[in-house]
Formats: sequence, structure tokens, C-alpha cells
Amino acid sequence: MDSKMKTSRRAFLKGSVAIAGGSVAASAGAMEADPLITEVQDWATATGVGVDETPYGLPISFEKDVVRRNVEWLTASPISSINFTPIHALDGTITPQGCAFERHHSGAIELRKEDFRLMINGLVDKPLVFSYQDLERFPRENHVYFCECAANTGMEWAGAQLNGAQFTHGMIHNMEYSGVPLRTLLTEAGLGAAGDLKDKWVYVEGADASSNGRSIPMEKALDDVLVAFKANGEALRMEHGYPVRLVVPGWEGNMWIKWLRRIEVADAAVESREETSKYTDVYEDGTARKWTWVMDAKSVITSPSPQMPINHSRGPMVVSGLAWSGHGKITRVDVSKDGGITWEKARLGRQGDSKALTRFYLDTEWNGEPMLLQSRAMDETGYVQPTKQQLRESRGENSVYHNNCIQTWFVDENGVVENVEVS
Amino acid sequence: MGSSRMSKSLNQIVLPVAGGTALALSVALVVANLDYGQNKISSLEQRVEQATLQAEAAGRKASEEAAVVADLQAKIADLQAFAKETAARGTDLTEKAPKKDTGYGLGREALIAEIAAWDVDVLPDGRGLPAGRGDVFTGEEVFADKCASCHGDFAEGVDNWPVLAGGFDTLADKDPVKTVGSYWPYLSTVWDYVHRSMPFGEAQTLTADETYAIVAYILYSNDLVDDDFELSHENFSSFDMYNKDGFVVDDRPDREYARWSTEPCMENCKPSVEITMRATFLNVTPEEGDETLMNHAAVEDAPTFVANTATTDSGGDKEVPDTAPLAADPALVAAGEKVFKKCKACHAVGDGAKNKSGPQLNGLMGRMMGSVDGFKYSKAFKAAMEEGRVWNEVELTAFLAKPKAYMKGTKMSFAGIRKDQDLTAVIEFLRTTSE
Ligand code: HEC
Ligand code: HEC
Repeated sequence: MDSKMKTSRRAFLKGSVAIAGGSVAASAGAMEADPLITEVQDWATATGVGVDETPYGLPISFEKDVVRRNVEWLTASPISSINFTPIHALDGTITPQGCAFERHHSGAIELRKEDFRLMINGLVDKPLVFSYQDLERFPRENHVYFCECAANTGMEWAGAQLNGAQFTHGMIHNMEYSGVPLRTLLTEAGLGAAGDLKDKWVYVEGADASSNGRSIPMEKALDDVLVAFKANGEALRMEHGYPVRLVVPGWEGNMWIKWLRRIEVADAAVESREETSKYTDVYEDGTARKWTWVMDAKSVITSPSPQMPINHSRGPMVVSGLAWSGHGKITRVDVSKDGGITWEKARLGRQGDSKALTRFYLDTEWNGEPMLLQSRAMDETGYVQPTKQQLRESRGENSVYHNNCIQTWFVDENGVVENVEVS
Repeated sequence: MGSSRMSKSLNQIVLPVAGGTALALSVALVVANLDYGQNKISSLEQRVEQATLQAEAAGRKASEEAAVVADLQAKIADLQAFAKETAARGTDLTEKAPKKDTGYGLGREALIAEIAAWDVDVLPDGRGLPAGRGDVFTGEEVFADKCASCHGDFAEGVDNWPVLAGGFDTLADKDPVKTVGSYWPYLSTVWDYVHRSMPFGEAQTLTADETYAIVAYILYSNDLVDDDFELSHENFSSFDMYNKDGFVVDDRPDREYARWSTEPCMENCKPSVEITMRATFLNVTPEEGDETLMNHAAVEDAPTFVANTATTDSGGDKEVPDTAPLAADPALVAAGEKVFKKCKACHAVGDGAKNKSGPQLNGLMGRMMGSVDGFKYSKAFKAAMEEGRVWNEVELTAFLAKPKAYMKGTKMSFAGIRKDQDLTAVIEFLRTTSE
């Protein structure tokens, strides 16, 4: 830095204090100098940790609260259960694998690459078995996609229940997957035997004890489904299906078969337990909907939220949240501070990826007034995220899955945040 | 940067020369204004700059002007097509992996025996069913032995475990009871699921005959068949489920999409807003340690009603022992209590602990095996009691490491604790309750 710059900067600083006058000058005078600045701190004098200390790093201990959590009373056993991504404490869009939610029907299993086999059978020209290594020799693609459990926000149908974005909206994660398009593997086995592909299905299942089979229409299977072996650049975690899982972009998480072991080309849906007893929703008159695969557009404000109260003084505040749609890109997110009377457009963190999380921000001011914060997503089809009333009018109150309603957070004058429902 | 410079230069030339088409061109440019397009756009920019010179000439020579306009229009079409493609691709930069119709020659042919071992799914029309049969009477026995500890003797569900029977005519009620009987549309699903995924913790161990018998018994528990009913591959597809016509295919597109795809309201969207429900009144949010993660507003004032979408706590889970013997290592006990979370779904321990799907574990050390009153043990545990076997550290370690190997025929569906330190800790924790 040359001396001229230095002096001019000092002059500027002096000037600004003078102009600001009274209050700033007075408080600056009364304030003790900050020992964190004036005293030499331990970390500034002693040396830190060496490069041989941590072959694989975990978050620093101060972040130990940013972890997956589960709700014990939801299920009979943690082995067939779910936990939630700490979305309230994350920013950007990519979910680190270590805190990305897990849902198992009979626990996460340890399956070695050497013991992995993937079978393709059914209406194919030649039924095949692939090893893990075989999969790595097919041309592969990278894509970022969200994976949302169809039951995300499911506990909120009857009314506001759980106090935290992690618990109301945390059955979601967003990763960059590396894998082979399913169409490549189907082509390898040959679809001649399937004849007209229009009414055909693939049935996919996992190697774990639940086997969790699902039927996927052929059109989707040939479109964007991936057989993935890496997430966020590294191997999948055990709890997400190591070594290989299915990625079914935009569709409910239950179809993203983990520990994938078999793909069968079939002429009908299997109507497995996971597509009849579960992942179906009962309407008011008792009829139920099935095959509700797509996750409709949805958003939530992650901060402020019950686990992220406002703990700063009045003035500038960042409202931050996530939006996503199984139909494609998020094109717009609006935010309301008064429970939906008036709305303003939020700023999208980055041009939306198709079927991936989009971060949004509202750069605003808070002066201690109570707020009813809401966000409302729109996707490229023009679909607008509905209110809970709209959903209930359309479907009744007995659904479990596919609750993509607008969420309301009540912020009181102390910045404390609560999950509420509004008229 | 590049794009704004470009649109300026384009405005200068295109407006006088091409007139109305300029609008279309600038729209195309806005759409194309993505990083991905920058390279292509700068090359177009150069081309357009060349066109500037041509355009100046065209101003002088009217006959050449028409040709330049045509040339520019072609470029506009080019740009629009590119913009459209870019917009469709968005920021997703992955080019599709190449496709080879002839295949890559990877993998090997699946053998018939291998397909037979894995391809066991059963379709609604009964395809995939192996030959076999089983009656209600046999089913009741197998069910009592292998299923009732979780699902109840009459498939009514113990604690929080799934209910498999009843709930008829509740589907249109406020809290429908969805069971195999009241809700499942296909019998094939019951057979397929039980055969493949149950018993929980011992999946894929049932024979075809056992499965036919269990399915017959589940139908009987649902009053759908008489007690002399026998189910087999022969009469399977003649059986219609109660709720077979109860399902419609996803109708969101018709029911909702068009209605909910209108320009959203931005101002005065409703006259007023009131809070109609607060989550803090339902004190169900999990807490971490002693310090609550969430901010709790006056939980004391909470009205005593519970959540009705999900099953509620069965009570026993909350009890933890309050007296620990002095000798116990508190850190180890605390670690053990954490490990005990794995057991809590089935076992309670501490003051007033009751039997759940597993026996209560109070005073376990020195307790006779299989001796808790009112708990229905497996034959294996009954035998152990008759032999007078007693729980101590050695026995417990062996049992918890590999329950099924240690006690053949136990109905405790738990795979075992793998880590030695977890084993030591949970045993230490159980010891503190033994006083
Ligand atoms: C250790 C406890 C346990 C035992 C023993 C057990 N189950 Fe289950 N059962 C479960 C759990 C847990 C689920 C839910 C699994 C999930 O979440 O995917 C379940 C689900 C089911 C379902 C599906 C329920 C629904 O509504 O979707 C059926 C049917 C079933 N079990 C039948 C059986 C039969 C038959 C047996 C005996 C052969 C058996 N179970 C043994 C725990 C058990
Ligand atoms: C899925 C349910 C389930 C889980 C999980 C489970 N148990 Fe059990 N446990 C049972 C059942 C059922 C029995 C009775 C076994 C029998 O009769 O064969 C049992 C029996 C026992 C016994 C013998 C009790 C006696 O009276 O002799 C002990 C000790 C025990 N369990 C400890 C544990 C511990 C410790 C854990 C966790 C690490 C655990 N169990 C996990 C279901 C379970």
C-alpha cells in the first residue's frame, strides 16, 4: 500500500466519524477496546493443527449442532424410520452427505463394491448382471438433483406441529450425482423384447432386507433416471445406498432405490407395498390417489425459522430459503412478511437448475415488528405453490404425502420464531 | 458486461436498418444472456460488427440494403434458435452421455438360477407366485410365533408397530385406519411383501407355504374369510380385496395444475390475517440434551391434545432410571443409555417399566432368563428359564452381540451390537437398573 492511499483512507475514516456525530462518537468513547483485537490471542501465537492430523475432516466442533435429527415418536423403531437434514443451518444449495436426511425401511446396510451385483431382467433381449466395475466403464453424466421424501411436511397436514424447518421440511437433500443413465443400461440389455415401450414399466429394487421395490413407467426410465455411484464428488454414503443408488429426478424419494440390485422390465406395475399401502393418499370421500410420483413446486424460509431466531439488532436482515420443483426450474419466489397480504419478489441465488434446489434471498430490514413470514415458489410451468387451505380444499385432510403448502413462521418482537398456521 | 455492450451496438445498427425485427432480436438476446452463451455470442458480436460496416454501405446503396436485411434476419433466426436451446438447457452444463445402440458389451448374461433367486416379485394377476398352500389354522401358529410380537396376536398391532387388521369403513373418516383389510387393493401385495420383507429383522426366511398360511390368517383376522379357509396358488387370483376399486391414478394435473397456475397476487391479497394454530402448543418437537434447540413459548399452558396425523408415544419410552449405583462410570452409563436407544422400540427400563413388544429389563443382572411375568416368551427362552439360566455380563455380551446365534429360535428381531465399546456401555447402563 503506498503512503498516499494510507493517508487518504485515514482522512476518510476521521471524516465519517465526525459526520456521524453524537451517538457514534459517544458510544465509541464509552466502549472498552475489544481484547480480541488488542490482546494477542492463543491462536495468533501458538501453531495450529498439522496436515497429518485429519485424513478425513469433519465440521469444526463449534458446528456440532448442525446434524441430522429424528423424531422418536414418529415410528416404532429407528431402524424403519427417518431423520431430517438441518436445512435451517445450511446455505447455498448443495447438501453435504454427512447431514443429508436418511430414510430406511430396515436399516442402512454395509454392502461392499466387490459384493455388489446389478441384474437387469424381464422383457429384455439378454438379461444381464453387472459388477460395480462394469458400471464405471459406461459413459457417465453429472447432475444436481433434489431428493425429497413424499412425506416431507406430512406431519403438518392436521395443523402446525413441529417447531423447526429441519423437522417440517428437512426430508430433502440436494447433491451432485455422477452416474450412468438408466437408458444406457437398458439399451445394453436390449429393449426389443419389450415391444411397444409406451405401456411398459421398469421395476426396481434394493439389496437390503426391505427390498423396497417400486415401479417406474418406461418413459421416465428412458428420460433422466441415473444409476449413480458418486454424490458431491465422493462415494455415496452407506445411508444413501453405497455403492449404487437410483436417482429419479423430480420424483418422490421412495423411488430412489438404494443398494440397487435389480431392474426388471415389465408389462405392468407390480403394485408393491410401497405403491399401495404407502405413498398413496386418501381423499375426503375415502378414495385414494396412487402413482403420485412428481414432487410439486415448494419452498420454505430456512432463516429466520424456529431453530434460527433473529439474534441481531434492528436494521439489515437477510431472509433466506430454498425452493424446488419436480417439474423443472424455479423461476420466481415471492416472500410475504404479513402472512400473505402483500408479497415481494425474492432474489434467486443463482439461475435455477432443473429439479434441483434453488436458494433465494430477501435482503430487507427488521425493526422489531412482529412478522408472519411466508415464501411462495413458482416453477417454469407457471405452477404457483398453494396455501394449506387450497391443498385441503382440493384433497381433504387425510393425506400424508405431498404436502407442498406455503409455510408460515411467526416472528415476535424479540425475534423468536414459531411454526404457525394462519387464516 | 459483454452482453450489454453488444446490445448497445446492436441497437445502433439494427434499429435504423432492420426496424421492427430489432425487438425480436433483443428479446432473443436477453434470453440468451447466459454465461454459457458468451462464447457463441461474442463470435456473433463480431459477425454483427462486420454487419455494421455492411449496414453503413447499405445506407448508401439502396439495392444492397435489402440483401443486408435478409442477412441480418438469418442471423436473428440463428440467435433465436440458439437462445431457445440455451434457455431449455439452463445452467445444466452436462452434455448427454453418448448412446450406442449396439451396446458396449459390458456385464455378463444372467443365469436362470440367478434370475429365479432374485426375481420373486408377484404381480396383481398372480404372476410370479410359486406353487404352495396354507390354511388359517397353520397361519395363526406361524403368525403367533413370528409376527405377533410386533403386530399383535390378532394383527391389531402392538404399541407403535403397524396394525394389519380392521379399520373397515373408516377411509372417509377423519383419521382413516389403513390396514391390509381396509385399504390394500391387491392380495398379491400382501403375499409379496410378507414373503420378501417380513418378519422385520429376519426377512426372506419364510417358505412359500408359510407365506400362504400367514396371508390366509391375515385375511381371517380381517373377517374376510372363514376359519376353514385355505389359500393356494390355485385360488389366489379369484380373491378380490375389499378396497380393490378404491384407487384413482394421480389426478393432480386435472384437479390442481391449471387452477394453481395463475399470476399470483402481490398486494391486498386478503383483508386480514389471523394466527389459527401454533406448533408450540403441541410439545412434540424433539429436544437436544438439557438445552432446548427450539424456542419454547409457555409449554406449561399447552392444552393437552396430541398430534393426530402420526402415531403417538406409547408412554414407556420416557422412563429412565434415576438411581445409579455409586460404582458406575457415569460417562460409560451415559454412552450406554445412548446405545439403548436401539432397544427402546421394544424394551422399557426404569421405574414402572412395562412389557412392550419385548420384556421390561429392570434388574436384569442376576435375573432368570425368560422370567418376566405376563410376557409371552419364545420356546427358546422358556427352555432357558426351565434350565435355570441367569443373566450375567458374559451371557448378556454373547446374547447382545449375536442374539439369533446365542439363542436359537428367539423372537427378538435384532441383528446385534457390532461394536465392543457399545456392548460394554449398554451392559453398564443395564447394570445401573439392576439394583
Ligand atoms: C420386530 C417387529 C416385527 C415383526 C416380528 C414383524 N413385523 Fe411386520 N412390520 C414391522 C415394521 C417395523 C413394519 C413397517 C416397515 C416399514 O416401515 O417399511 C412392518 C410392516 C408390515 C406389513 C405392512 C403394513 C402396512 O400397513 O404397510 C405387513 C403386512 C407385515 N409387517 C406383516 C408381518 C408378518 C406377516 C410378520 C411375521 C411373518 C411380521 N410382519 C413380523 C415390524 C415387524
Ligand atoms: C425389535 C424388537 C427388539 C429390539 C430392537 C430389541 N429387543 Fe430384546 N427382546 C425382544 C423380544 C421380543 C424378546 C423376547 C425374546 C424371546 O422370547 O425369544 C427380547 C428379549 C431380550 C432379553 C431377554 C430378557 C429376558 O427376560 O430374559 C434381553 C436381555 C434383551 N432382549 C435385551 C435387548 C437389548 C439390550 C436390546 C438393544 C441393544 C434389545 N434387546 C433390542 C425384542 C427386541
